[in-house]
Amino acid sequence: MYVYDEFDRTFLAERVADFRDQVARRLSGELNEEEFKPLRLMNGVYLQLHAYMLRVCIPYGTLSAHQMRALASVARRYDKGYGHFTTRQNIQFNWIKLAELPDAMDELAAAGIHGIQTSGNCIRNTTTDPWAGATPEEIEDPRLYAEVIRQWSTLHPEFTYLPRKFKIAITAAKHDRAAIRVHDIGLRLHRRGDETGFEVIVGGGLGRTPFVGKTIRDFLPKEHLLSYLEAILRVYNSGGRRDNIYKARIKIQVHEVGTEEFARRVEDEWAQIRDGALLLDEAAFDQIRDRFVTPDFDALDDAPAVLAEAMKNPDFARWHANSVGPHKMAGHAIVTVSLKPVGKPPGDATADQMDGIADLADAYGYGEIRVAHEQNLTLPHVRQKDLPDLWRRLDALGLATPNVGLISDIIACPGLDYCSLANARSIPLAQRLTERFADPERIADIGRMHINISGCINACGHHHVGHIGILGVEKKELEFYQVTLGGKGNHKTKLGELIGPAVSEDEVVDVVERIVDTYLDLRSSPSETFIAAVQRLGLEPFKERAYAAR
Amino acid sequence: MPLVKNGAVVPDSYVTVDGDAPLPEGAIIVPLARLLAEGEALARRNSPLGVLVPNSADVSVLTPHLAQLSLVVLDFPKFRDGRAYSQARLLRERLGYGGELRAHGNVLRDQLILMVRCGFDAFEIAKEADIAAFSKALASYSLFYQPTGDGRASVAALRAGRA
Amino acid sequence: MTSPLQQKLKITGPTAITANRLADGVVVWLTSGRRWSESISDAAVATTSDEVHALLASAQADELEAVGAYPARVAVEDGKARPANLRERIRVDGPTVAFGSAA
Repeated sequence: MYVYDEFDRTFLAERVADFRDQVARRLSGELNEEEFKPLRLMNGVYLQLHAYMLRVCIPYGTLSAHQMRALASVARRYDKGYGHFTTRQNIQFNWIKLAELPDAMDELAAAGIHGIQTSGNCIRNTTTDPWAGATPEEIEDPRLYAEVIRQWSTLHPEFTYLPRKFKIAITAAKHDRAAIRVHDIGLRLHRRGDETGFEVIVGGGLGRTPFVGKTIRDFLPKEHLLSYLEAILRVYNSGGRRDNIYKARIKIQVHEVGTEEFARRVEDEWAQIRDGALLLDEAAFDQIRDRFVTPDFDALDDAPAVLAEAMKNPDFARWHANSVGPHKMAGHAIVTVSLKPVGKPPGDATADQMDGIADLADAYGYGEIRVAHEQNLTLPHVRQKDLPDLWRRLDALGLATPNVGLISDIIACPGLDYCSLANARSIPLAQRLTERFADPERIADIGRMHINISGCINACGHHHVGHIGILGVEKKELEFYQVTLGGKGNHKTKLGELIGPAVSEDEVVDVVERIVDTYLDLRSSPSETFIAAVQRLGLEPFKERAYAAR
Repeated sequence: MPLVKNGAVVPDSYVTVDGDAPLPEGAIIVPLARLLAEGEALARRNSPLGVLVPNSADVSVLTPHLAQLSLVVLDFPKFRDGRAYSQARLLRERLGYGGELRAHGNVLRDQLILMVRCGFDAFEIAKEADIAAFSKALASYSLFYQPTGDGRASVAALRAGRA
Repeated sequence: MTSPLQQKLKITGPTAITANRLADGVVVWLTSGRRWSESISDAAVATTSDEVHALLASAQADELEAVGAYPARVAVEDGKARPANLRERIRVDGPTVAFGSAA
């Protein structure tokens, strides 16, 4: 992971001091709320239903054990002893006081973490594959480029007051775990001959007007990464709509001017700056690459005897089957830690669990932790021989639910329990669904399945790309839920289709269960996944059964 | 509106002239449309000429007039509307404009550093307290990650020992 | 529940003015003495559009103590305001789900 140098630390200290001064001026009345709001948002501070919320950036999802302990400490000292991991590889604290925020931020800054640009109409935290640097599938570790982008975008003087928020995601693997086609800019690292570069995708996004991003350049040599981003941002900052907040994202600009015309504007702008001060030579990459600490992996063999022995325990074997992935180094594995225990809020972790995971990362995982956009944590480098011990200790922390990638691994936004924008609650619905689908054998039989729940049209729960998507709506002050089927968020991004009228809070869990039962009845074989069956069969049979009992 | 340069309030010698009002003697600021329509006549006056550019304009239309212009005024109708930051950088870094570049509109202390980095060197600041805090606001940061045309070394340049 | 911030001011019953306290975000209600109270039962209840406008104007005039003031429909029991819908019930009683170590 990237380790801050004196420049990064000095900048961060100055940023916190600046915010401390802004908070003091707000509390004294020198700044009014209209003036202050964008300033607090750019430091990750929202006002929710009952309190301020601080969203802390976890750059491209990578955390050290030490940083995880700093998060636990802030959860204890300034919040109610827990935090919520989000779909954007961030963590949110829900009960923090404005007057205490600068102190909390100082504590985080001491560990090299912060809330900078986790909100506001600026370039947000760049996200990437949670398996970066560990998966054997990738051509290169994309975090180098994510860090290059982080530095370029941090307090960018030209792009701090954009028409709307701006999200960039990068992947370097064939299997896209970063959902790059639903970001304002998606970057896919690939090779052309000996050269490394990016496919550049713009104008993707979910929210109330979902679009799958369009490719505007098949291959951008990596040395031009920043000049090309600057060109895109300049075209957007100058020409993106500012008359209507719902039409201000770049996806609307791309849609309205057309992909070809948008690409032409970007290329014209880029032609003027491509060989300027933003050109990245090898020394520029080395400068940042050198600050990345990579684990000094032990020389180990795959499939150690202790693992084979542990596999005789069916509980361990079940957890292993869906939580453990292949690693690029022999004798190692990638472990996903489910933050979706049955009946609990998805993505939440207590301060004690955070400390516990930090200890496990130190003991078994070279001190490194990742946050995945599925609202789970990842220990990216675990020695295979340690897997049985790790599993036992995760279980003791309540973090060994064997449901990663399965139906109860639900993605849900905070919903009306916390969020002032929400129309309906998300968390209680997720809890009831995990309780309905609590039987490990049954969910293993159902197989790979993503349920995504959003409490409003802003789609923070990414319901459009859920195999089953659930969107909360309000009818006469009661909670109703729309159900979509067939969405996908991977490299073949597809938006789900609505199956029919919204159903009430009481009905929705039954409707989901009937959809699942339909799949179990109609699948061609147990190896046909839910999403494959939906594609083969179309919506009709699911629709019919979903509403049959009404 | 007090005009601030280098942290101090200075007299504003320019008079803003509307689209079709008669031209007074002395330094004037005209709207962009008038500059484009009457550029030659305006250039023949022997007094300093400024232009107020709406933030929706493409600043490259100023190219044939830059030699005559001693002031370009860019607009922030709301401090949250950041289009003029791009206009400023293009004027300074691409079109090579070297005259006074003035921020007009909703100009507040917490955005001054961004404006300076984009090339502004004059500011119409309404709030008394923001004028007093001008130097402090600019001193809030000593390090900058991006190379812009303001001459400050980027962090990358400092790391490489090039600055 | 559509965010009240997005709704036009249309009075459909007893209404109180609510906001979040600036320094800590705690939910507060405007009292008849034009002060902010943490308890909804202290809230001044208006029943006409003019009364609501007057209360709201005084609430919005003070941005130093509370922010984001808006009119919320309330129920009235024994002369005291109570939340009238789920959104306000959650603001008054907290999340409907257990959280932290209680979860």
